[in-house]
Amino acid sequence: MKEKRITLFCGHYGSGKTNVAVNYALWLKKRHERVTVADLDIVNPYFRTKDSLPLFRAMEIGLIASPFANSNLDIPALPQEMYAVTDDRGLYAVLDVGGDDRGALALGRLTPAILEEGNYEMLAVVNRYRPLTQTVADTVEVLREVENAAGLRFTGVVNNSNLGGETTAGTVLASLGYAEEVSAALCVPLVMTTFVENLKEALTGRVPHPFTLQLQPKIQ
Amino acid sequence: MADKVLMKGNEAIAEAALVAGCRHYFGYPITPQTEIAAYMAKRMPKIGGTFLQAESEIAAINMVYGVASAGYRVMTSSSSPGISLKGEGLSYLAGADLPALVVNVQRGGPGLGGIQPSQSDYFQATRGGGHGDYHMIVLAPASVQEMAELTVKGFELADTYRMTAMILADGTMGQMMEPVALDFDVAPAPEKPWATTGTDMKRPHNIINSLSLVPEELEQLNFARYEKYRKIEENEPRYEAYLMEDADICIAAFGIAARVAKNAVNEARREGIRAGLIRPITLWPFPKKAFREAADRVSAMISVELSMGQMIEDVKLASECRVPVTLCNRAGGMIPSPKQVLAAIRQAAGKEGDLL
Repeated sequence: MKEKRITLFCGHYGSGKTNVAVNYALWLKKRHERVTVADLDIVNPYFRTKDSLPLFRAMEIGLIASPFANSNLDIPALPQEMYAVTDDRGLYAVLDVGGDDRGALALGRLTPAILEEGNYEMLAVVNRYRPLTQTVADTVEVLREVENAAGLRFTGVVNNSNLGGETTAGTVLASLGYAEEVSAALCVPLVMTTFVENLKEALTGRVPHPFTLQLQPKIQ
Repeated sequence: MADKVLMKGNEAIAEAALVAGCRHYFGYPITPQTEIAAYMAKRMPKIGGTFLQAESEIAAINMVYGVASAGYRVMTSSSSPGISLKGEGLSYLAGADLPALVVNVQRGGPGLGGIQPSQSDYFQATRGGGHGDYHMIVLAPASVQEMAELTVKGFELADTYRMTAMILADGTMGQMMEPVALDFDVAPAPEKPWATTGTDMKRPHNIINSLSLVPEELEQLNFARYEKYRKIEENEPRYEAYLMEDADICIAAFGIAARVAKNAVNEARREGIRAGLIRPITLWPFPKKAFREAADRVSAMISVELSMGQMIEDVKLASECRVPVTLCNRAGGMIPSPKQVLAAIRQAAGKEGDLL
């Protein structure tokens, strides 16, 4: 995958968007000087990219996040700095978008500028082991709702299928067909198959477009 | 379909309710349990059920009263401040002897408090929550799998005893994701000859009511209800005992606190301190016998709680003050660390050298 200036991670609640986005930003930082993560989650007050703030500081990755993220104030606020994502074209931006169509609504005001510049990738993060996206049809339904709310079409699929701590190589392998079918149904390519580091040996060469994840990324 | 799915605790409760045959859900969004309502909103219309976002928690609990009266499995969920609003309805459900499942995914209080996890609604849940003499069966899950299992169990117990069962979870349990298997055996709902299902002109009217005009009769109703509670206290207490066979220090903890405490128990064992854990799964009926028996064998008990110390009163009552009971706690949305619990264990064991 040739990285674009703006990469958006969208999908169903709990599909792993935040973790994939954080890991992708680390990968991107190795290739580009100016990388910034924008937390546009207006749905979930927990498990935010802001949890990775010390990591981002150490790695000199920017973070645009609501001042209320991870606080007791549970309101869907967006930071004014988010306009830097489209205004500052010297930046490589990684957008962590909230779950489902409700979360994707937050993109609305950025969409015209993103389309006008035309240098973006919008990735559908999918996990076939999540209860409401176990079938291709259910997954595509959720993803179409996300597209309609965002006003943007997906350009690729990230297969992040996992069972948390019980994930084995078999868990990932059993999801490959599903991911291919989702990709075919959306008419966009599969761009990543993710797995945690300890499965690297078992899965290298066996999955398309492998991308290794750290669950709690370390400062490198 | 996969054998296991990766679920948030809140989603596990919602899906398990559907597995248990619940087709009516009424609620109002509040963090950290909103995923239950969101899940029901997606799923209920697809399986012919009813999801309704009520205008308030009070409206929702009264809709629960209505559906329970008609004999169907019904559920509502909320978090601490919303449960307080439901208090009146909980009392009316008890007064009318109606089965229902109510979920409280607790957050820090009092008042509007915060959105981080807490266990400070223990008193409210185990003492009834509303006015009058009554109890609810209170179930305290400590894993996402148990969130699902106890939801099914809650419906079954509610039907068996014609009373409200409550799942008392906390923000952590609601939000955390773990793999879950949902292949339970569900006991079908028993016949409900008391329900308001239409007489077909073949039987007298069934009346669901919590009003009694004659005090002598109201007293008899209370006596009968407490006779039922006595049987429940005899038959239904559930708990997990962990390394209690040879324990010298007994930890009491439920829900997320029990998971933290288990780590501390393991650490204490590595240091040569014989610690063990009793994890109440039913908070009412409280597993009194387990604590009473442990009190003859251990030298101290520690109640680990995400509150200013509520369950500790039941631990003291159950152990009949035979051993000292201390409190190890955080409050207001904070969670004790395994280190803090380990320090409390060392102190109870008289090994205070390495306190935090």
